[in-house]
Amino acid sequence: MNQPHRVLPLALGLLLVAGLAGSLLQPYEVYLISLWAVYTISALGLNLTLGFAGQISLAQASFVGFGAYATALLLPHGVPFGVTLVIGAAISFILGILLGFPALRVQGHYLAFVTLALATIAFLVFRNESWLTHGTSGIDKIARPFPFTSGVAYMWLCLGSLALVTLGVWWLLRSPWGRAFLALRENPVRAASLGIDVRTYTLLAFAIGAALGGVSGALFAPLGQYIEPSEFALPLSFSLLLMVVVGGSGTFMGPFLGAIVSVALPEVLRSLQDYYLLIYGIIVILLLVFSPDGVVGIIARAVARLRPAAAPVEPTP
Amino acid sequence: MSLFVQVLISGLAIGAIYALIATGFSLLSQGSQTVNFAQGDFVVVPAFVILAANSYGLPIWASFIVALVVAALVLGILFKRLMVDPILPHGAMQLSIATMALSIVLQNGMLNADGAQAFPFPGINGGMHFGTIFIDWQSVSILLAAVAAVVALNLFMGRTRIGRAIQASAQGPQVARLLGINVARMVTITFVLNAALVTLAALLVSPIYLVKFDNGIGIGLAAFSAAIIGGFNQVRGAVVGGLLLGVVQNFAATFGPTQYRDAVPMLLLIIFILFRPQGLLGRAEERRV
Repeated sequence: MNQPHRVLPLALGLLLVAGLAGSLLQPYEVYLISLWAVYTISALGLNLTLGFAGQISLAQASFVGFGAYATALLLPHGVPFGVTLVIGAAISFILGILLGFPALRVQGHYLAFVTLALATIAFLVFRNESWLTHGTSGIDKIARPFPFTSGVAYMWLCLGSLALVTLGVWWLLRSPWGRAFLALRENPVRAASLGIDVRTYTLLAFAIGAALGGVSGALFAPLGQYIEPSEFALPLSFSLLLMVVVGGSGTFMGPFLGAIVSVALPEVLRSLQDYYLLIYGIIVILLLVFSPDGVVGIIARAVARLRPAAAPVEPTP
Repeated sequence: MSLFVQVLISGLAIGAIYALIATGFSLLSQGSQTVNFAQGDFVVVPAFVILAANSYGLPIWASFIVALVVAALVLGILFKRLMVDPILPHGAMQLSIATMALSIVLQNGMLNADGAQAFPFPGINGGMHFGTIFIDWQSVSILLAAVAAVVALNLFMGRTRIGRAIQASAQGPQVARLLGINVARMVTITFVLNAALVTLAALLVSPIYLVKFDNGIGIGLAAFSAAIIGGFNQVRGAVVGGLLLGVVQNFAATFGPTQYRDAVPMLLLIIFILFRPQGLLGRAEERRV
């Protein structure tokens, strides 16, 4: 599942199937597919930071928030959607660099706690600075950009953005930058000895991951056409982190599959609505016990079993 | 002046509770590399058990003992056997992420079982005037109980054979094993100790915060902060960190902007991690690569 020449058509094919299916389905399913695309963009960013560069971040929800608020606040002033998206991504990119600085000093659990603390503060700012963010009453009537005003058209916009992000991430991972991220995760000291600037690449891993969070936020705001602070609080950060882990941290397809599980599971378990999060949590724990490399690992093993003649698929690191 | 003393005392009381929770948190992280993101929820679970036992007519002390037994079994032994033992070999970070999922499971389990309202919890009323200063029995009894627990824990760890064996297992499991210590059993005892600490914390904190399914979020954040401020690799540090955090938070809540009250422990946490990651009392730890 990790060979890039196979995963790219697989990912883009998945997008096309989702779009074609969405065009035939009801508005609610169209909304779910759009939401899946938006979450996947954010999870792809977090997967770069966590899965490939090995830096844990519990602040991804805050970057989604920055992107969403930038778009929701600038659109009424006549700024075109494309520009608000770039601004949101740029804000997240810059704040992502700042978030990366603690990672130069501390690692592992300490880093988890710093990013958790910063995410909590970001949420308090969203909630309290109501002169800017309208506080807990939120921002409503966020317009969708012309000509993507209908549900189906907006879904294609989300899927198209995801396709561009997918191509970008695919290119990034094959570029020397992507190799440097992997080196950073596997052995920072060795990476430094080979001439990789650990400092720059650590900051970049956070900044690029954060920028994708910003892009996903920019798409998120016009999707529901309403945003409020609690949507960008810690539960979203946990949820995005779990998407990456459930899909398969450090694999190309992981975020796509993790986001499918996260969006589809509540619908599958609709009859158990109240128990959905309970069951989702139990599924995550069971996955971590039995398949630490996530859904991608399960599929890779299943494929290997179905095709015993082929070379055994290495479990992705 | 009288307000100052009252804020100080109630800050120390809440800080003493943070200290208990943070002590358990540090014990787990030292004893078995388990960084438990569900530690806050671990406090709320026994609180619900106490309320449930109490509603069946048991007196509060007996309900507390029931909760101790349930917590030792579920939050201690089952947590270790079903989650920590299978996941830890995959990596400490995987286990941390699993405890985040456990936090979701516990919160939603309690939400579904008992609903979203805050349940009242029996406490101690009244107090005493010293001139203009009013001292409430609740804060005093919390402080006494927490101090007694911490002293007992320290005596247990330092003076008893089992306590020393636990310390040895945490510091050097290989050597401890060579010396004939049953390391696996010592780790299990650590989990049971943590369960006992959170159950005591539940008894002490619930009259103040009431019992609500998502109380664990705030309690957990405060406990992580206390553990790191004091020194992650020092059980004594958790006590200092807890008391300091409780007092600072209480003063900030009384005299500062209430909207940003929750930001205080977070800011302290960030400052400490960036400038003194070993905490107030901790030893500097080499960055492992």
